[in-house]
Amino acid sequence: MSIIDVKNLQTTFDGRVIHDGLNLSVNKGEIYGLLGPSGCGKTTLLRELVMLQKFSAGEVSILGHNLSHIFHHEAQELRKQWGVLFQAGALFSSLTVAENIALPLVEYTGLSKKMIDEIVSFKINLVGLKQSDALLYPSQISGGMKKKSALARSLAMDPKLLFLDEPTSGLDPISARDFDALILKLRDLLDLTIVMVSHDLQSIYDTLDRMAIIDNKKIVFEGTLDEVQSIQNKFIETFFSDLR
Amino acid sequence: MNSVTVQVKNLNNKLLLRFSGELNLYTLPHIEEQLQVIEFSCNVPVEIDFLDVESIDTAAALFFENFEYKYTKKKLNISYLISKHDIRATLDLVKNNVASKQKPIEAQKDDFFYSFGKSIYQYYLGLLSFFNFLGNIFATKFYYLKSVKNIRFKEIAFEINESGIKALAIIATTSFLIGLVVAYQSAYQLKIYGANIFLVDMLGISLLRELAPMITAIVIAGRSGSAFTAQIGAMKITEELDAMRTMGFDPYIFLVIPRILALMIVMPLLVFVADIMGLIGGMIVANVDLSISPTLFLERFLSVVDIRHFFLGILKAPFFAFLIASIAIYRGLRVKDDTQSIGFNTTKSVVESIFAVIVCDAAFSVVFTNMGI
Repeated sequence: MSIIDVKNLQTTFDGRVIHDGLNLSVNKGEIYGLLGPSGCGKTTLLRELVMLQKFSAGEVSILGHNLSHIFHHEAQELRKQWGVLFQAGALFSSLTVAENIALPLVEYTGLSKKMIDEIVSFKINLVGLKQSDALLYPSQISGGMKKKSALARSLAMDPKLLFLDEPTSGLDPISARDFDALILKLRDLLDLTIVMVSHDLQSIYDTLDRMAIIDNKKIVFEGTLDEVQSIQNKFIETFFSDLR
Repeated sequence: MNSVTVQVKNLNNKLLLRFSGELNLYTLPHIEEQLQVIEFSCNVPVEIDFLDVESIDTAAALFFENFEYKYTKKKLNISYLISKHDIRATLDLVKNNVASKQKPIEAQKDDFFYSFGKSIYQYYLGLLSFFNFLGNIFATKFYYLKSVKNIRFKEIAFEINESGIKALAIIATTSFLIGLVVAYQSAYQLKIYGANIFLVDMLGISLLRELAPMITAIVIAGRSGSAFTAQIGAMKITEELDAMRTMGFDPYIFLVIPRILALMIVMPLLVFVADIMGLIGGMIVANVDLSISPTLFLERFLSVVDIRHFFLGILKAPFFAFLIASIAIYRGLRVKDDTQSIGFNTTKSVVESIFAVIVCDAAFSVVFTNMGI
């Protein structure tokens, strides 16, 4: 069952073509990677999927909603069903870690404060942060902790779908591997579907089930890591050179 | 160290340039100078002798590459005498990686009319995008305020405290000083004509109608407007605004409207404080300089200064507040993904909001005078 369907998607910025007819689909329960050389429009595609940016033509449907014809209230519903992890975390700097995680719960649910506190400390535990970190402000914690807190925030509403923008970038190799393990664990525990943009080869080998490779405005490959080796493309050959 | 010598010899219809020493960044100016003096005739082949050269760096290699290019273009033969392998390697490295000489990229120079027209058009686009922002606030966002539970009282209260209550001291001081100075300057003139008591009329009307609202607006634009721009701009750079959007929190509801409403609520109150403080300043000068006692001052004030002047000043305040807050937030939302644009937009925000306040005040002035108020 596909959760995300992208058909013939086109993007142009001031006459400059970024995507020229992308087609891809993400199945339920998958960890799906968007790869490609820098400047190929991976992050743009991710932003289009989460409705931060409009695409020029084509169709995108996520969890059964067509993004081109979506009512405001449907879009709001959809936003509650996904979580997004930004590259630098994008925690709200005026709120503590705990308040950041609690925010969607406070805004969207009628839960009691006690219940919300319990959910927050559960999520903090789940992503591997210490309970004492909860009261710190984003400016007081390290880059890795920011990512974990942001992940906890994106998991606050128990989403079905998680978007990650370069989850391991800026982390040291050990934290990066921990993060990969965390993502795999969460997928199994929470039955998530994960879409991520990544450059980190190790993370790609360890976590991805399937991937789409964008090069030269088009998708040059969609499939599993085993299948990628037979593809003739300059980017793929250099990028996956240790695999061959 | 760093010494280089160039020997020029003319033998058998051939120009021989013999270099020795180290050819590098530091010795290159010397070489350039030497070679400039030599006049090359157009039909003599050149031979460059690097046999005695110890080392060459990429800068020097680039120089010789350009030198060669220039003379081969004149159909002159250039040959090298090289023994060391690494010199050859450096020359080849530069030759293979040198930027294409075919099309030197020239920065396109715009003529005056083009750039003038372009900047006017940019202003026009900027104005349109500001109207777009205002339209966005009015058309879709006030829709949310239909229901009381959509109003974010907590944020509004927070902003009232941040940009209103905390500005109280500076506004009180500024308007006190303005009252003092205006009274002091006019006291001298009025004394000449023995028209001391008219100070009250003048000060009362000018402060209540114009000065207090303007001073308040300018201080708030500089203090709170710039803060709005910087806060929202920084949130944009750290992707906090995007994060809010993906979580379904509309930044207009969470950030824009609370700030605008807070400023519109608190500004009339600040103007009221500015009125009082300005009059106290004037009263002190009147007492000291013109020997008008506070009781007399207040009696005269009550009889000559109509209440409408006070209400006019207060009425302007929310309009000024709206202009300051909306321009500041608009500028914050325009911040691009770099740190420079925060500074640029903050400056713009303060300048534009003060300008807008003054224009708005002028418009009010004309309208109210024509209405006979």
